[in-house]
Amino acid sequence: MEKFTTLTGIAAPLPLVNIDTDMIIPKQFLKTIKRSGLGVNLFDEMRYERDGSEKPDFVLNQPAYRDAEVLVAGENFGCGSSREHAPWAIKDFGIRCVIAPSFADIFFNNCFKNGILPIALPQETVDILMKDAEKGANARMTVDLENQQITTSDGQIFAFDVDPFRKHCLMEGLDDIGLTMERAPDIDAYEKRLAAERPWA
Amino acid sequence: MTAPKTLYDKIWDAHVVHQADDGTCLLYIDRHLVHEVTSPQAFEGLRMTGRKVRAPEKTIAVPDHNVPTTLDRAEEIKDEQSRIQVEALRKNARDFGVEMYDVDDVRQGIVHIIGPEQGWTQPGMTIVCGDSHTATHGAFGALAHGIGTSEVEHVLATQTLIQKKSKNMLVKVEGELPPGVTAKDITLTVIGRTGTAGGNGHVIEYAGSAIRALSVEGRMTVCNMAIEGGARAGLIAPDEKTFAYVKGRPHAPKGDAWEDALAYWKTMTSDEGAHYDKIIEIDASEIVPVVTWGTSPEDVLPITGVVPSPSDFTGGKVEAAKRSLDYMGLTPGQKLSEIEIDTVFIGSCTNGRIEDLREVAKVMEGKKVKAGLRAMIVPGSGLVRAQAEEEGIAQKLQEAGFEWRMAGCSMCLGMNPDQLAEGERCASTSNRNFEGRQGYKGRTHLVSPGMAAAAAITGRLTDVRDLA
Repeated sequence: MEKFTTLTGIAAPLPLVNIDTDMIIPKQFLKTIKRSGLGVNLFDEMRYERDGSEKPDFVLNQPAYRDAEVLVAGENFGCGSSREHAPWAIKDFGIRCVIAPSFADIFFNNCFKNGILPIALPQETVDILMKDAEKGANARMTVDLENQQITTSDGQIFAFDVDPFRKHCLMEGLDDIGLTMERAPDIDAYEKRLAAERPWA
Repeated sequence: MTAPKTLYDKIWDAHVVHQADDGTCLLYIDRHLVHEVTSPQAFEGLRMTGRKVRAPEKTIAVPDHNVPTTLDRAEEIKDEQSRIQVEALRKNARDFGVEMYDVDDVRQGIVHIIGPEQGWTQPGMTIVCGDSHTATHGAFGALAHGIGTSEVEHVLATQTLIQKKSKNMLVKVEGELPPGVTAKDITLTVIGRTGTAGGNGHVIEYAGSAIRALSVEGRMTVCNMAIEGGARAGLIAPDEKTFAYVKGRPHAPKGDAWEDALAYWKTMTSDEGAHYDKIIEIDASEIVPVVTWGTSPEDVLPITGVVPSPSDFTGGKVEAAKRSLDYMGLTPGQKLSEIEIDTVFIGSCTNGRIEDLREVAKVMEGKKVKAGLRAMIVPGSGLVRAQAEEEGIAQKLQEAGFEWRMAGCSMCLGMNPDQLAEGERCASTSNRNFEGRQGYKGRTHLVSPGMAAAAAITGRLTDVRDLA
């Protein structure tokens, strides 16, 4: 997994609540058997007309935000389907950090498996960051995972929380499966116990 | 004496393989269900790292999302990408030794319908699937939730998940449901009350006399949509109905093992005085048949109501409501029962079970689908389809004007040819009314099976009680 340490980049404002994973990546793009190449279809129905031409109003189509690396959004971001294609598409587009007042659980979890940092902050703070993001390409935001703080383009600093284990994995780019494999003796022991206590399972 | 535990606490505690100092746990997974959309990259990951499936005997595979529901099952899937995904599942199941219910197997169906149907789903278990509606299996008192593809790979390789415990939430529905009100109305009403983020970070336990009174099928409908309320998992304590449902199914315990299992399952209830972080109480007698008007499952209103105005909301929901009304082509103040529809979809992991089809048949008794309307029934599994045919329901519904199709996810998410055309409006027994969910610019109103049947008769959203 790609490491996440510090990121300084353009933040795109998307002030909508309940952005669901069908919006992030519609169903027709789930038919891939790969993880890559989904960025071009990120927010497909909001971003393109049916004929494939861009909708100029959509934030990621505006010149200032085409290279956004941070997304600032409304509450309950990533609700709905468990599709990991959603974080895959976000990452493939080039966004490495999503900031919102709240996230849906499965999406939140999926982000950490893909080198994306989701940050939940109080609505008032997100409102300030949204305003900062609305300034466009010259307003670059810095997200520092190690020190757990966001610095806006005008120097305001906001602290954020992150689970220590997840932070460690993101900063080191660790593969969960490799870590769990090291616990194989524990899993063996559990399975022995299970066979004795609940053999039907 | 140990502190009283919730059902969730009990299942959790019984599955902890390892707990780190910060509370991060390695949780053992009893059953892993796999479908064609969220698994190819996971199997590919195993291949690339030379890993095996740790417990293939606890893993089952079934294609459902991409599978066309037309009658030509023997033929290859025409859409190339869909065909490749199903073929990949077939190859992965074969290479890694996983049992698969293939498209031409009568046991094939929506993953959350066939898990319980085949007896894979049992009380007290942990069950996962790369699909958010895994919450369905919670109806058996199993801790069941959706996971992403990275976690699918993790479970395949290790039969465990890295997890932190969620909070406990209790939704208590006491009293008797009025006539015409079903499990779907309960679950939608709860979401309408708590919002789609209300359950974030929680596991919901549904309890109370109205939940106990539901059939196991109805309980699956309730738990299925826990995820629409933001909770990864919904739970209902198992009881005699649950045990009777499981007994005798192909993968249920048999003989002495059954007795041992039963004794254990009977302990799978929340203790008196157990702590919940959040409690919601609902009076069942006040629940009415509901419909959704917008593009979020929380946009729930009684069928007797009117389309709301953005000014009825606050915060970010004002803008969201404007957007929803525009997308749905609705005007504030318009009566919900005057909204005309083009399509009726009956099926999905929410409402594709035999009881749902019986409910539809009951409402359709002596009535016809309105001329010009497209009305389709997609049984949740090949076995549900066969049972409905045996009970004579299938024939009656076809005579009434419904298309009678093969099992699959179908129009619930339109990854297969069953989709709404632009601007088409559907009364749907599925679970999500998101923009584009059932087809590009398609408009979805979520309803119960009985309400869907009522809409099929009149051609507009209709109070099923008016037809009784």
